[in-house]
Amino acid sequence: MSSPAVTEKKQKVSVPFDYNKYLRPNKLPHIWCPGCGHGIVLKAMLRAIHDSGIEKDNICMVSGIGCSSRTPGYVDFNTLHTLHGRAIAFATGIKLAKPELKVIVVTGDGDALAIGGNHFIHVCRRNIDMTILVMTNATYGMTGGQYSPTTPMDSISTTSRYGNIEPPFDACGMAKAAGASFVARGTAYHTIELEKTILEAIEHKGTSVVDIIDACPTYFGRANKYKSASQMMETIEKDGTVSVKQADKLPPEKIEGKALRGVLHKIDRPEYCEQYSNLIVEKAKGK
Amino acid sequence: MAITMTKGQAGLTGNSAIAYAMKQINPDVSPAYPITPSTGIVEEFSSYVADGAVETELITVESEHSAMSACIGASAAGARVMTATSAQGLALMWEMLYVASGMRLPIVLTDVNRALSAPINIHCDHSDTMGARDAGWIQLYSETVQEAYDNLIQAVRIAENKNVLLPAMVCLDGFITSHAIENITLIDDAAVKEFVGEYRPVHSLLDTDNPVTMGAMTLQDSYIEFKRQQSEAMARARDVVIEVGREFGKKFGRAYGLFETYRLDDAEAAIVILNSAAGTTKVAVDELRKQGRKVGLLRPRLFRPFPFAEIAEALKNVKALAVLDRADSMSGFGGPVFNEVRSALYELEKRPRVISRIYGLGGRDYKVKDALAVFDDVLKIAATGKVDTLQKYITL
Repeated sequence: MSSPAVTEKKQKVSVPFDYNKYLRPNKLPHIWCPGCGHGIVLKAMLRAIHDSGIEKDNICMVSGIGCSSRTPGYVDFNTLHTLHGRAIAFATGIKLAKPELKVIVVTGDGDALAIGGNHFIHVCRRNIDMTILVMTNATYGMTGGQYSPTTPMDSISTTSRYGNIEPPFDACGMAKAAGASFVARGTAYHTIELEKTILEAIEHKGTSVVDIIDACPTYFGRANKYKSASQMMETIEKDGTVSVKQADKLPPEKIEGKALRGVLHKIDRPEYCEQYSNLIVEKAKGK
Repeated sequence: MAITMTKGQAGLTGNSAIAYAMKQINPDVSPAYPITPSTGIVEEFSSYVADGAVETELITVESEHSAMSACIGASAAGARVMTATSAQGLALMWEMLYVASGMRLPIVLTDVNRALSAPINIHCDHSDTMGARDAGWIQLYSETVQEAYDNLIQAVRIAENKNVLLPAMVCLDGFITSHAIENITLIDDAAVKEFVGEYRPVHSLLDTDNPVTMGAMTLQDSYIEFKRQQSEAMARARDVVIEVGREFGKKFGRAYGLFETYRLDDAEAAIVILNSAAGTTKVAVDELRKQGRKVGLLRPRLFRPFPFAEIAEALKNVKALAVLDRADSMSGFGGPVFNEVRSALYELEKRPRVISRIYGLGGRDYKVKDALAVFDDVLKIAATGKVDTLQKYITL
């Protein structure tokens, strides 16, 4: 038995990450389908939160309605599961009442960009300090696979039997245009990269939006003839995206039609709650 | 979506039957947004649209507020408009529900009854449509898939009647009726087409020869007159519901009235209950009747407008009754149906004793034993004339 010594030398000694510290194990198993990326995103998010060093009681996680919005049910933070589209509005109230909390909104493309689109642009405009994780799977998964505002054109869904004729939103472009001070994109496939991106988003002061491309094999996958969940992930998330760091070096034809991954926009801009507080202090002082 | 029929019958879920009725009605416009448990309706209907089986413009919008807004726009323009929703979806339409009825637009909506948040629940109760009971919409409740299908076809006629011109909602129980398969009798496409007739709006924005203004500002000068007209139209809807139900019966063999009574004629104790739970209660009635107990049931079909006089007449010989609500109006005094029924009985010289029981919220099962337990209470009250517990929650 001489081999173990060799393996020990090669292996990096690491303690397995204790997800249970951040989960509510009695709420598991989760409701997500086999092959869905939401669980990968959840784990990346938990690792990022762990690395940020923020105490879990100082985190408030808010969601609306949809598959991704089930996340707060499984995690052991302060959590609020609200109404379809309204997570950001609730989160705004929480942040203003308790600015010391780290507010994280977990939402989906339908929740954040369709029914909640109005709240989405206005939180970005105000630059309120919160992190918004949009799990973009181009589908209303919970209600049976209707097309959403991020469904690619020509795609089949239960409400576009002969192909979608509506052009999709670019969530990142919209967030940037509306004024978010941190905008990034990740995918469930690039898990380690996603973890780092979420960490950077959490540590950013101001509205930070991470558009997370995620696959729905149950509805979008079946309707659009993807062979398997893994093949779907590879096509959409691996082959369909390119890192923003590599993009500059690649010829235009290699980037065309692909979504950029990584931090796309990061600026320093006054944060709303801080300005609000400053104004109160200033006015209270009087002349 | 091919529907297989055997001898004019087909096994359909509530949602499929509603989608099929919509296909046969062939509305001009249908704006919609998905929500459990009504999603299946629009999902199947979208297949009819995609297959060219209907001429409907299906507009998939970004929220229910927009769905009802689009319904109002299309209806004001002169289109026949239908949509479907549930729970939070109906709640998000709230602001627009009043606009639809105030503008006197005969939009027809199917609501698959589901509990309102919070806490979040996707299962059946009537808190969604009961919350909308004062929105100026006609409300028809359906016990079975067959009745939901029949009600939807009739709702078009009722809403569009020139003496009414009010929006109508057809309510059926979430999952219990919407997702359960029942063998139902379908009407021929041509017969449905003939029954609902071609829609000719009295006023429309696209009728440029006769320009109209809708929803304009009215202040102290005329707002109250508009509301009085609306109120009178709602009262007139009762007769139209009777007429349309009778004509439907003549043509298709299934007549409908304002409510259904079951073994009520000589009953001393009764239960008043809406929708699918009436079926369960009928089983309890039969069991007790076998034991010689004089019990019966009344199931309101039309809840808005509420047929006060007719319901009082039907219940006048009952000694005691329980009104079972699958919603709590949170007034501190029983459920909404209880309050309406109790108020209806006030005009009687000899009034029955009435108790309120709230049951089955958020999809909690209501079983025959629950109905039997309620009858037990009601029979005691009928015998003694004494009410111990006026209101309480059951099925806990």
